[in-house]
Amino acid sequence: MGTIIKDYSYTPAKIKRGYSGKSLYINLSDLRIEQKEITEFMKEKFTGGKGFDLWYLWHAVTPETRWDSPENEIVMSVGPLGGITQYAGTGKTLLCSISPLTDIPIDSNVGGYFGPLLKFSGWDAFELQGKSEKEILIFIDGNNGRIQIEEAEEYPEDTHLLAEELTKKYAENEDDMVNVSVVCSGSGAKHSYMGMLNFSFYDPRRKVCRFKQAARGGLGTILHDKKVKALVVKYRGVKPNLNDAADISTINKVGVKYHKEVHDLDHKQNKMRQIGTANTIMIMSQYDLLPTRNFQTGGDPEAVKISPEVFINEWLTQGLHDGCWYGCTMSCAKCADHFLITTGPYAGQRVTVDGPEYECAAGLGANLGVFDPQAILEENFYCDTYGIDLISFATCTAFIMECYQRGQITREQMGGLDLRFGNSQAVLELMHQISRGEGFGRIAGLGIRKLKKIFVEEFGADPKLLQDIGMEVKGLEYSEYAHKESLAQQGGFAMATKGPQHDEAWLIFMDMVNKQIPTFEDKANALYYFPMFRTWFGLVGLCKLPWNDLVPADNYKTDSPAKVPEHVQNYVDIFNAVTGKHIDKEELILQSERVYQFQRVFSVRMGKGERKDDYPPYRSLGPVSREEYLSRQELYDKQLRELQKLDPETMDLDEKIAATRRYREDQYEQLMDAVYRRRGWTENGIPTPERLKAIGMDLPELLEVIEPKL
Amino acid sequence: MKVLTHKQELCTGCLECELACSRAYFKTDDRNYSAIRIIENNKTYHANMCTQCGECINMCTANAIYRDRNGVVRIDKKKCVGCLGCVGFCTELVMFYADDLEVPFKCIACDICSKACPEGALEILVSRVKEN
Ligand code: SF4
Ligand code: SF4
Ligand code: SF4
Repeated sequence: MGTIIKDYSYTPAKIKRGYSGKSLYINLSDLRIEQKEITEFMKEKFTGGKGFDLWYLWHAVTPETRWDSPENEIVMSVGPLGGITQYAGTGKTLLCSISPLTDIPIDSNVGGYFGPLLKFSGWDAFELQGKSEKEILIFIDGNNGRIQIEEAEEYPEDTHLLAEELTKKYAENEDDMVNVSVVCSGSGAKHSYMGMLNFSFYDPRRKVCRFKQAARGGLGTILHDKKVKALVVKYRGVKPNLNDAADISTINKVGVKYHKEVHDLDHKQNKMRQIGTANTIMIMSQYDLLPTRNFQTGGDPEAVKISPEVFINEWLTQGLHDGCWYGCTMSCAKCADHFLITTGPYAGQRVTVDGPEYECAAGLGANLGVFDPQAILEENFYCDTYGIDLISFATCTAFIMECYQRGQITREQMGGLDLRFGNSQAVLELMHQISRGEGFGRIAGLGIRKLKKIFVEEFGADPKLLQDIGMEVKGLEYSEYAHKESLAQQGGFAMATKGPQHDEAWLIFMDMVNKQIPTFEDKANALYYFPMFRTWFGLVGLCKLPWNDLVPADNYKTDSPAKVPEHVQNYVDIFNAVTGKHIDKEELILQSERVYQFQRVFSVRMGKGERKDDYPPYRSLGPVSREEYLSRQELYDKQLRELQKLDPETMDLDEKIAATRRYREDQYEQLMDAVYRRRGWTENGIPTPERLKAIGMDLPELLEVIEPKL
Repeated sequence: MKVLTHKQELCTGCLECELACSRAYFKTDDRNYSAIRIIENNKTYHANMCTQCGECINMCTANAIYRDRNGVVRIDKKKCVGCLGCVGFCTELVMFYADDLEVPFKCIACDICSKACPEGALEILVSRVKEN
């Protein structure tokens, strides 16, 4: 359709032991295309995936770089294990960039076929720098070694239309559609800082494009700012050993063992194949973990209306494979087919909605006071096709709703939108306004941190209250878990490097329910091990879910069930079998820690990686309002008696709230001290030179950043 | 639907069927390449092979498994990516693989083994009922 403005040929590199050894660099300002070598140094220190992304990003930016600076990059890499087909969850791409929400590196992981097909096209990593003058798309043809940049003004904007059109355009026939994958955002990314990227994979059974999202941190906003409408890759010929594994036999053996485990146990455990991650909604509500009405409470009697059974029986298609990469028998990427849209530009059309995942049902549902599965699915569809991160949108809208509930902003200030908790029609209208860049939609997508400023400075809201109830740290919105009773998780969120996303640590059950980590040291150990371990998935190209959303039948008999030792061993075995190396489970953690500490130093370099940046809003730690205290009065009173030796009978409600707050804030300080020590950081949260040396990361450029801070 | 059946009382465990199968499809005498496996238990012989139940069709992660016109469950080799999901999911454990193959294999009710069986213990049954 559009004019081709750049045509570039290359010889696709052959993959050896998991690496193609080449990365692709495209500069959009001058349409420069270059190939870079993946060095042994990079493999040694950074392993792949997020490691490669951060290393390239580090060299692209300066401390002054902001999300919309031309030198900011979107970097993506799938990692050495990415693209193997024999194990579940082996197609995850990791992306990094300087985020519009946080001004520090964001990382986001995503399924879909793009990353593996990019690697099979010869590229371990892909850097996108500069800004295009005109709106363009980039097409990578991995079979023929060709990259084309094409003008793309006239293509539709929203994902479900754009991806379908581009998939058809580049596929030769129906059977070829699975070989095309599209990355794009949507109209919502234009007018918000929470634009996300959709990664497509074609579903040959339903004959539609399906999507996974690189959701967090505004990557879609950045792609849009660079004037890139879409990235398209095409590679025909996926086979079991394109990664040139050193030992295919082990991969096959471990893979079959895992597939059989899914077959035998999933229906008895989490039912990932039936409902996906939303299986936990009721459990979360029962344990007071389901964020409800901006995290004010942890559940609601109405939650049964959005229970897994409702979605399974009434909405989600059952019995078909729903994996976001080949070989994923966990098959959690569920969807609602033939779903009738009732609002907005696509009203009256029937679509396939990818989801709802847990975050969607919890965030766009309970956290907004919406207990209506149909409304949740429609919100889900629009977030996806508009390219809006539904987690940031949900948490941010929940904040707006509470500001409205507490009289901090008025209906007029929201352009007439009646954003009461539970009003899904108003929520949908807000999404449409963000997509059109109209009304309240012009500011509602800027994120909580910017809204707090606007509400205080322009609408006269109370800054202290907004600070307490705005669920963001470092500028990123919290993901959807209430966690007031888990100190370890409070740390897991607020001390997470990129901002409060649960992919670093999810310790709530270990901490709060099973009481396995009672002391500060225990919690600090968990806040060392789990973030390190989980970082590893993003280095090598794997999905976290198959690790512990299914466990071997005898897992409970092991010495550390929370770690799922047998699955960790599977990962060690697969890593060695692909790369020919000989790591063990300790070396795996070391690989992760190198990148983890690097990212922390990177954040320090960008001005946001110190103690002051690791504090949560008080809503994360305890009851802000009287209603919150009263909703669990018995528990809080008991804690006053047992933990502080106070007599609640002699105190009024405000005194009890204040005493609880003092105690909990002090506990959090003590946790920070313990975690910082365990991670090898100074009291101020800076990685020490000794720690960097111990893990082989005492690189001069890192020492230069931390030395003035010591 | 075509399905291979086995009469236990006639089987002597000679393994001619396995040989016929592995030779026909993979030119080898290695029984690991046979889609029928005879298992001995106390001098009686049980045959393991695909029942053409079709459970693997919808679970295939590449939409490569289908039922052909004769009702036989088959793998489209062009579409299969060798994920081995079907191997782990087959309840009968009769989807087989080998490390040097890119695609798993199973009984396709072709009749080669039954012709090779000296005892007449194997037979292809044809029923009108089409499943799935
Ligand atoms: S478990 Fe789910 S998210 Fe992870 S790879 Fe499989 S289908 Fe994708
Ligand atoms: S291979 Fe297994 S699952 Fe597939 S049709 Fe045969 S018996 Fe059924
Ligand atoms: S090995 Fe081939 S036939 Fe079996 S599930 Fe995987 S893609 Fe389908």
